[in-house]
Amino acid sequence: MIEGKDIEKLALLARIAITPEERDTFLTEIDSILAYIAKVNKAPTAGALTQAGLVKNVLREDTHPHDSEIYTADILSQAPSREGNFVKVKKILS
Amino acid sequence: MDIKNLTIRKASEAMQKGDLSPKDLALSYKKIAEEKNDTIHAYLEIFSDLEEQALLAEKKIKEGSATLLTGIPIATKDNILIKGHGASAASHILEHFVSPYDSTVASKLKAHGAIFLGRTNMDEFAMGSSTENSAFGVTRNPYDTTRVPGGSSGGSAAAVAMDGALVALGSDTGGSVRQPASFCGCVGLKPTYGSISRHGLIAMGSSLDQIGPITRTVDDAEILFEALRGTDPMDSTSFYPTKRESVKEKLRLGVPRHLLETGGLSEDVIKNFNESVSRFESLGYETLDITLPNTEYALAVYYVLMPAEVSANLARFDGVKYGFHRNGENLFEDYIYTRREGFGKEVRRRIMLGTYVLSAGYYDAFYGKANVVRSLIRKDFEDALKTVDVIITPTTPTPAFKIGEKSNDPLEMYLADVFTVPANIAGIPAISLPSGMAENLGGKLPLGIQLLSGLYQEGVLFKAGKDFLEENHGRR
Repeated sequence: MIEGKDIEKLALLARIAITPEERDTFLTEIDSILAYIAKVNKAPTAGALTQAGLVKNVLREDTHPHDSEIYTADILSQAPSREGNFVKVKKILS
Repeated sequence: MDIKNLTIRKASEAMQKGDLSPKDLALSYKKIAEEKNDTIHAYLEIFSDLEEQALLAEKKIKEGSATLLTGIPIATKDNILIKGHGASAASHILEHFVSPYDSTVASKLKAHGAIFLGRTNMDEFAMGSSTENSAFGVTRNPYDTTRVPGGSSGGSAAAVAMDGALVALGSDTGGSVRQPASFCGCVGLKPTYGSISRHGLIAMGSSLDQIGPITRTVDDAEILFEALRGTDPMDSTSFYPTKRESVKEKLRLGVPRHLLETGGLSEDVIKNFNESVSRFESLGYETLDITLPNTEYALAVYYVLMPAEVSANLARFDGVKYGFHRNGENLFEDYIYTRREGFGKEVRRRIMLGTYVLSAGYYDAFYGKANVVRSLIRKDFEDALKTVDVIITPTTPTPAFKIGEKSNDPLEMYLADVFTVPANIAGIPAISLPSGMAENLGGKLPLGIQLLSGLYQEGVLFKAGKDFLEENHGRR
């Protein structure tokens, strides 16, 4: 059983602010979804293993990916806050 | 021009002969789309550069370098990036986002000279089965405007159904192409996992997501699939054999009747399903009862894996690099307020659910277990497809439901995906075909059946689909 304080903890971990009312609705809804998905534990999994897909190197060779700066202006134009060619962020270490 | 019966081949032939210009064709669709969009709201934006795009198509035709897709007007779901155009995934958090690059599907379509009509409405970040979760308002079903078009690619399906696009692209994580196609009387294909590159598709559940076409005919779906499939260095999960296997003349159809015992199936759906099986028999298909013992767990597996992947994929939306930003006292507050205001309720719910199933104490009981059950479901299909070539199920338990009918109960909404989710879990291809109308509801709502086949066996689906719809005999 999940409790109100668990929802608050999850919201914090998920970096989402919630109001007390939202906490209560999420509690009811997530609780009923969890009761449903707990069904995975009823499946006959004895002896079964997860399958890995085909294992091969999918990384590109470490050569010239593209011309420098061809995307810079377009990408930076999307930043909510910038200073010159930098994305501006609030202080991380206090 | 008879837009109702237009197909890619017919339009292409008329354009190559000079009977029809790409510009006139695109503008005809634009006119209908604009007229109907006030009521249906299939499009979030109809593009203003159609004439420019048409010039490029005309040039290709004049040069003799045209393909079947040159000048073909296509609607794309709002989570597919086209450079210089918005792509919001129907979310406030990306409301003003402009794509800095082309998705692989967009660049392939551009190379063919196809024409992008606009971006279509969807459930926010593709999370939903009704398009009611869009941050920009619901889409209505063109067959009955009090009902949903399905989702999450509801805008794409509605655009095709209302004759506001010749064909469309959607994305399918648990049924988001097939279910709206079924609700809107269209053909919808979820190809084999990895067969169409997802570079430039806004990610939801990366082990499940696939781009797929929504069209009026199987032939149109096949043409788009052939143009878009293939291994792409920009998507490390993409792979498709260069040559498609040839398809047998006589196909065996597997019928998992036990799945019909799932509660909540409407009478119309059961009746239509039985008629569809008989129809295949009358077409000379040998039918065989099969069982898929672990598919009853598929929806539960899906609602563990998908939210887990959602919580990881959507961690990137932090209000720092791009998208909506809400200021707080410090960086942490920036994050939590940006994400509360930027994301809608269903998105927040799934992120939190995913955070829960991945958390230390519950990882084994949910995520670990779900992955094991996933391999069992995959094996069920592998085993069944040793004796049959193609499997038939209904696409959805009911025809299109009323707007608002399920929006207050997330679990109830999730059950709309019970037949479509297994294909995503197993990675196999599946197609939804229009199969008739729901008689109990006045004969006005479309029904669909779903065909599933083995990995990279799209050819089997196309053959069976064309047989079923009699496409080779000129009926459609």
